[in-house]
Amino acid sequence: MLYNEPHPLETKVLTRRCSLPDSESIDTYLATEGYQAFQKAAGMKPEQIIEEVKISNLRGRGGAGFPTGMKWSFVPRNSPKPKYIVVNADESEPATCKDRVLMENDPHQLIEGAMIAALAVDAHAGYIYIRGEYRYLIEIMDKAIAEAYARGYLGKNIRGTGFDFDLYTHTGAGAYECGEESALLESLEGKRGIPRIRPPFPAVVGAFQCPTVLNNVETYCAVPAIIRDGGAAFAALGVPKAGGTKLTCLTGHVNRPGVYELKLGFPVKTMLEEVGGGILDGKKLKAMIPGGSSCPVLTAAECEGLTMDYDAMAKAKTMLGSGGVIVMHEDTCMVKAALRIMRFYAHESCGWCIPCREGTTWIRKLLQRFHDGMGQRSDISLIGDLAKNMLGKTFCPLGDAAALPTISIVEKFYHEFEDHLNGKPCPYETKRLVAV
Amino acid sequence: MTFSPDLEARFEKLLKSYPPGRQRSAVVPMLLYAQDEVGAVTPELVEEVARRTGLAPLQVDEVVGYYSMLHRRPQGKYHVQVCTNISCLLRGGMELWEYACEKTGLGHKQVSADGQISLEEVECMGACSWAPAVQVNYDFHHNVTPEKLDSLLDSLKRTH
Repeated sequence: MLYNEPHPLETKVLTRRCSLPDSESIDTYLATEGYQAFQKAAGMKPEQIIEEVKISNLRGRGGAGFPTGMKWSFVPRNSPKPKYIVVNADESEPATCKDRVLMENDPHQLIEGAMIAALAVDAHAGYIYIRGEYRYLIEIMDKAIAEAYARGYLGKNIRGTGFDFDLYTHTGAGAYECGEESALLESLEGKRGIPRIRPPFPAVVGAFQCPTVLNNVETYCAVPAIIRDGGAAFAALGVPKAGGTKLTCLTGHVNRPGVYELKLGFPVKTMLEEVGGGILDGKKLKAMIPGGSSCPVLTAAECEGLTMDYDAMAKAKTMLGSGGVIVMHEDTCMVKAALRIMRFYAHESCGWCIPCREGTTWIRKLLQRFHDGMGQRSDISLIGDLAKNMLGKTFCPLGDAAALPTISIVEKFYHEFEDHLNGKPCPYETKRLVAV
Repeated sequence: MTFSPDLEARFEKLLKSYPPGRQRSAVVPMLLYAQDEVGAVTPELVEEVARRTGLAPLQVDEVVGYYSMLHRRPQGKYHVQVCTNISCLLRGGMELWEYACEKTGLGHKQVSADGQISLEEVECMGACSWAPAVQVNYDFHHNVTPEKLDSLLDSLKRTH
């Protein structure tokens, strides 16, 4: 089911079946062009499939935004090792709740996307790594997989194409770090989710030390539409160098939070005012994080004229990330926001790399002290310096993820840190953070 | 150790899901599914999972310590998890957490004396657009207000 009303300004490509009755059943899927893209792909050469995905300008929807077709082309075709498909359904980036919508309402679209990826790289087995908290989605996916086997869309000689593919679900058990691709692979192998050093990248040495295509749920879900309608049609929906739509999770201080499918390049202002129904309680926008809590924060002024796409966000020195938009209005205490974000990263740091393990906890303590009114002026620059010392010094991006929002909040809201000095109580706290 | 037929069937399926010689992959799913039935990851469970996957108990044990959903001590029959991460925080998640503590008389990771309810302040659970969110065992509750939490907690008491 959908937890929020769709909006007329949405462009329904990946979510087009989500409002249909029994949208999760294979019958609904087959009645709405389901598995036709697989049939078409089975008649194409693997290079043609990859070329079509390249033409579509599909970029990774998990956060990094890497071109998907290029990623697939890195898988060595003549490797004697088996190849694997891994679906990253460990959706854990704070403010991100979109993969849930796709798996819950259209699980067969994900299965078909994984099958087409398998055709493209000659893989015959795949794993959907689902975070442990999403137990009900494991049940939904298992049911959909069983339906697909029963109708001959998974297993041996699928629909007479001669292609074999097995797909399994795999549960995580509570670890943000396992959403990072190399840690996910360690976890899939039954170990602690510690990141691997790269290169080699998963395309060459991935699951079970074999070549692996590893993408986010939303990325795979875009593939059937690309093959069915052509890469060019998908590319045309977005902006140059980033095709299609992005599932955007509006969270925080908007009147209509929810998950909405918007064309890439959608104006931020329209997204907040029209789709989101404006800022909560008629207040003014103070800040926005565009793509999950690991992205640098934008001030209200920086949001003016901005669009939701990878390059526009990069130009604004932040990231489109996972599409988890965090909206904060004028009563938000940015020190408290920075503290809560850092508490999360300190909790989730796997402890493998010292700059991240020590840095996140140290900054969390400094921010806590600051928010409690016991901060000193020198702490403000210390917070920023510590964060900068984590950047680029860790195996995986968790260190950067913790540092980037912190650095941006210190730089852009320096005055709010000063407002907490000299034992002053939090000047923003008096007007409770928000109305329930 | 013996498990229910359903869990045994699940284990059998899991152990066949991975490539030959890669049965270690089943460790985390086996532990989590077994915890749901046994109530906690006990030393016996660690030994049993190690035996079935061909690992040393220590190799299973070091995995247990890493994952936040694996618990060595039993939780309440109803494990109430309140998210206070940024999107929930902005929607009153922290106030909701404080309210839950006050109402139950429990703190973070504490279990009620009768074993019915346990409380945990959790990190993002993926319900950010429908915040603040609470999860009771595996069930999501969206847009939770203190009033909704009241009736939720009352219903957990009534059904024991």
